[in-house]
Amino acid sequence: MFNYLEYIREKNFPHIWCAGCGDGIVLKAILRAIEKSGISLDETVMVSGIGCSSRTPGYVDMNTLHTTHGRAIPFATGVKHGNPKLNVIVITGDGDATAIGGNHLIHAARRNIDITVLLYNNYIYGMTGGQCSPTTPTGSRAATAPFGNIEPPFNTSGLAIAAGASFVARADVYNVANCEKMIAMALAKKGFSLVEILTPCPTAFGRRNKMASPVKLMEWLRDNAVPAAKWKKMTEEERRGRMETGVLMDVDKPEYTAEYEKLVTSLRTGK
Amino acid sequence: MAEEQSASKKPAVIRIKLEWCKGCEICVAFCPKKVLVMEGGKAKVENPGDCIKCMLCELRCPDFAITVE
Amino acid sequence: MSNDHSGRIRMMQGNEACAEGALVAGCRFFAGYPITPSTEVAEHLSVKFPKIGGRFIQMEDEIAAMGAIIGASLTGMKSLTATSGPGFSLKQENIGYACMAEVPCVIINVMRGGPSTGMPTLPAQMDVQQARWGTHGDHGIIVLSASSAQESYEQTIRAFNLAEKYMTPVILLLDEIVGHTTEKVIIPDESKIEIVNRRKPAEKPKDYLPYRETEDCIPTLAPFGTGYRYNVTGLCHNETGFPTNDNKIIGKLVHRLVKKIVMHADDIIEVKKTMLDDAEIGIFAYGSVSRSARSAVLKCREMGIKAGLLEPKVLWPFPKKEVLAMARKVKAIIVPELNMGQMAREVELASRCAVPVHKLGRVDGNPIDPREIVDMIKGVV
Repeated sequence: MFNYLEYIREKNFPHIWCAGCGDGIVLKAILRAIEKSGISLDETVMVSGIGCSSRTPGYVDMNTLHTTHGRAIPFATGVKHGNPKLNVIVITGDGDATAIGGNHLIHAARRNIDITVLLYNNYIYGMTGGQCSPTTPTGSRAATAPFGNIEPPFNTSGLAIAAGASFVARADVYNVANCEKMIAMALAKKGFSLVEILTPCPTAFGRRNKMASPVKLMEWLRDNAVPAAKWKKMTEEERRGRMETGVLMDVDKPEYTAEYEKLVTSLRTGK
Repeated sequence: MAEEQSASKKPAVIRIKLEWCKGCEICVAFCPKKVLVMEGGKAKVENPGDCIKCMLCELRCPDFAITVE
Repeated sequence: MSNDHSGRIRMMQGNEACAEGALVAGCRFFAGYPITPSTEVAEHLSVKFPKIGGRFIQMEDEIAAMGAIIGASLTGMKSLTATSGPGFSLKQENIGYACMAEVPCVIINVMRGGPSTGMPTLPAQMDVQQARWGTHGDHGIIVLSASSAQESYEQTIRAFNLAEKYMTPVILLLDEIVGHTTEKVIIPDESKIEIVNRRKPAEKPKDYLPYRETEDCIPTLAPFGTGYRYNVTGLCHNETGFPTNDNKIIGKLVHRLVKKIVMHADDIIEVKKTMLDDAEIGIFAYGSVSRSARSAVLKCREMGIKAGLLEPKVLWPFPKKEVLAMARKVKAIIVPELNMGQMAREVELASRCAVPVHKLGRVDGNPIDPREIVDMIKGVV
């Protein structure tokens, strides 16, 4: 039996997330993945921005840094570059990472700095009350898209891949075993890694989109988040509106802090 | 191996921390053996003998409210 | 330090002197984004840091640079960024974060003219109020000023010392003239330079409270990775560092953030006085303008006019006592500055209407000529 109490700040519970919010499911998957990866809590820093998902660090017993909106990745870059021995995990959401923090996301991926970004995608700005985000599907309703969203959404994982991330995966909280596995793989990766985790927001997204109950949203994930093996056999028609889950990119390339260290060594030794 | 098998045959102990349960019903809806029910807006263990320890209720509980042993 | 002539003599630009000062202060982390007229600070450190194991990184924008130095500082590194007007505007939100979370760091702003993109290559002093109030919310802040390459070197060291001592961001303002003028700098022997490092927790991790209430109002933040696992947030927080909605705790926190600087104002504030003792006309000037003001004082004295100069080396907290003392002695105060009276207003307030305060503001990208100051003094006399 996994003892979550060893990893959480119990006095801050129950957490602030709404009934049926998937953020708690992700948090538990993260804690199990951390245990599996064997990293020390003393040497792990969890950095977040602003939003529902960004409240995660408050609940885990590590070095935790809750920063400004969209800026978790720059703060994390400072932590990692300042002390490369630390394991740095960024918790962020679709609004935090792909709207206000989009520039930082692509540049950290390009730099390939050894940070693990866990991006909770719930398709909406939850904390501010359900405004549309860059991942809100076209046609979905939001507090600021009362007649349905007319904008196309980002393919967030695709964005990270295009920007140069060395590991990118997509997971969802219905298929929770895969979610844990993807996080563990991302933690183990030396380089910039990102897991886009599809997680339900019944309060701000579901209610406006005929999926008010948490169970409905979980069923939607079950039916639309498709494991890679099955995805490969699907026709274009079947894929429409659905998301592939699993590892989407895994490549080894030079990591930023290691490259910097090489530069320091070569300048000092003249080699 | 033999020991593991006998361990899994032990009846499951399912604990629900009511003060953390927010009543989302996810555990009840996706339990393959209908072990859990809702009562008074919270999850309740109804048929513990049917539990196959698949752990899905614990894994999918967003509130850290269910443990299965 | 400037009176110690035993050191090595070097010719450098104000911006380079800042970089050299940072190295001596123990700064080992720089994150920045190119912007004229501050870029030489970054360029210089990009050469120096890798050779000594310091960390340099060019970020994707000024917001990111400010975030990165806060992150690095939390690992225990003395951290620096350098920028100019538009970039300084972009950094403001995260400067507020550093105030709130009490993370020491130094921000150098080599001022150019504004508003907006303004005058990238021309001097101005238009950011002195932004340095005080640029970020939202009530907070204390320390802002230093430098008028020469020598002072750029010394004030950068002092900025780090104050940041580490008071656990706060410290802003150092240069103007384009100071940043880009190459002149003599006397580098004292390192053993003669005072270096301050942040406090380390005395208690064990289990008893540790990062924002524990103390008499001096200064928190003790352990570097990440040293076994003290705590939370840092920009939200109003309690002694543990966790967010709170308790009005009593919130009120106390904001009061303390302001009090932390105010109660130590005497330790922080530094002014330089030139011929003020018997002065009838007082000049209040900082940065490159104070050099013109010094010439003007000498010129006036030659003409038999008793002029004197008060040069604040620290702009915020504002040297109220020193200004009031001058106001009570002189017949008028002149405030020449490269803006439309941003500090003149503070001087007026601090002098409590004891004497008339005359503004001499210039916003066209030209420096203020000593003759202009002399002419104004003659007019006042």
